[in-house]
Amino acid sequence: MRTRTGQLLPFTLLLPSIAFLVVLIVVPMAEALFLSVGTESDGFSLETFQRMLADVNFNDAWRNTFLVLLLIVPLQVALALAMALLVNSHFRGHRWFFLIYTVPLAVSDLAAGLLWLAAFTERGYLNSVLQSSGVIAQPMLWLSFDNFAGLVTAIVIAESWRTTAMVLLVLIAGLELIPRDFLETAELFGATRLRRTMHVVLPLLRPSLQSALIIRTIFAFQTFAVVFALAGRNLPVLAGEAYTSYATSQDEHLAAAYGVVILALSIVAIVVYLRLLGPREMEVQR
Amino acid sequence: MNARVLDRTLIYASAVVLAIWALIPFYLIAISALTPQPNVSDYPKPLFPTSVSVGTMQLFLDSSGIVPAMLNSLVVALLTVVIGLALGAPAAYALARFRFRGREAFRAVVLVTKMFPIAILAIPLAAIFVRLGLYDNLISVALVHTAMALPFVILIVGGVFVALPHDLEEAAETLGASRWAAFVRVALPPAVPGLAAAAIFAFVISWNEVFAASILTVRTRTLPAQILASLSTSPLALKLVAGFFMVLPAVVFIVLIRRYLRAAWGPH
Repeated sequence: MRTRTGQLLPFTLLLPSIAFLVVLIVVPMAEALFLSVGTESDGFSLETFQRMLADVNFNDAWRNTFLVLLLIVPLQVALALAMALLVNSHFRGHRWFFLIYTVPLAVSDLAAGLLWLAAFTERGYLNSVLQSSGVIAQPMLWLSFDNFAGLVTAIVIAESWRTTAMVLLVLIAGLELIPRDFLETAELFGATRLRRTMHVVLPLLRPSLQSALIIRTIFAFQTFAVVFALAGRNLPVLAGEAYTSYATSQDEHLAAAYGVVILALSIVAIVVYLRLLGPREMEVQR
Repeated sequence: MNARVLDRTLIYASAVVLAIWALIPFYLIAISALTPQPNVSDYPKPLFPTSVSVGTMQLFLDSSGIVPAMLNSLVVALLTVVIGLALGAPAAYALARFRFRGREAFRAVVLVTKMFPIAILAIPLAAIFVRLGLYDNLISVALVHTAMALPFVILIVGGVFVALPHDLEEAAETLGASRWAAFVRVALPPAVPGLAAAAIFAFVISWNEVFAASILTVRTRTLPAQILASLSTSPLALKLVAGFFMVLPAVVFIVLIRRYLRAAWGPH
């Protein structure tokens, strides 16, 4: 583009954002490291991390975070893929359905937990429907502290419901990049809708699927309020332990150590993301 | 063409099933929030209630701390919008209109920031804000929310400026307008809907955010922070109304900015 108005203007326009992000991201990251390896006497020690590893909740939190992630990802990708393929078939009214599918995007994790609480509590709508239709004789305790499967199921459903729309938006954009003539050619040669989907659409959609998966993974490490709303502290997760270490135990060192773990996991995922997509893919302007 | 009819039917049937899945929690929370006080512990609950009342909502709004928390949320969200646009709109304009060294690097920074778990940084930031005397202050919450919203603002606004032809601005300058006048009179007006969408997106991010808001405040709690803090003590009916009040504005807003969602979340 043009350069005559001086090379400095774009930098002047960018500078405030860059300065802001450095202060709000780089500085606290350094502070988090200092807090997690520092002690009250200003010495360096791994004592906080040892304390975290010895914490009974740490192993549970670690396991639960990954369990929820592993259950959510396939469910969510299947749902989002179904939605994306449907919308992309451009049936009459597909725009309305697309809008409906994206509405949960506006819901926060805390609110998603509260929304699904209406379904899963003892006197909630799930039990009401099951009992009215004679499937169960008395209410099931889906969210009881000793019903691990019930708690995990409720959290997986609530969190998949909320974030499927994010995956959907990434997949829809990917589908639109697939040239129409590819599909028309396949149709011309007599490929059915199923075969076109399996052999043309899905392979071409791989970059979008990968990027959706990694974005989803990064968000999973921050899962917290939806768990608190549905399970309280009966199902520890990493971000939840970070929060309670700070807010309840007032142990900023331990909270920072949990924070460092979450940041490290996220950074690994982001690096994988950038490696997979590569700088060239990222530049594709839409 | 029987196969065609079958195909159609299958498409619509699956589309409707998925739509029900996307909408049913909203319906359940709405009928929960509208359940009259005497009926809140009825069981089994009717899926189609015959009587509705705003009594439980009234009770929620009257409970201590809720209205101030809503006002706090509003203030934080508006601050996030103002700071986010002030920082993000110029950056977006620079990305859309100029080629310069470091442009791709900055684009990468924006994308990484979008994915970065900024909320977690509230823990070290709390220590910093305590030292600066900014702890338990709405401004500190708004600053963290701005860091979360900034990449989205840059992507949405940048998308808008990229789509607008540059020629008009250049023509205005050729005709003697200053660069600034060309920007304000020619480039800005058609970008207003995009700026509004970015503002709404920033508002929703802030309105919804709970982790950083909970860590950074004790007395000046935002609505999600207040709700989270009282989760273990408040009665179920009030929790459900709380969910209803959190969801309501967010859903209205997302419907308003539906056209810009892809710029914010799609690949770039």
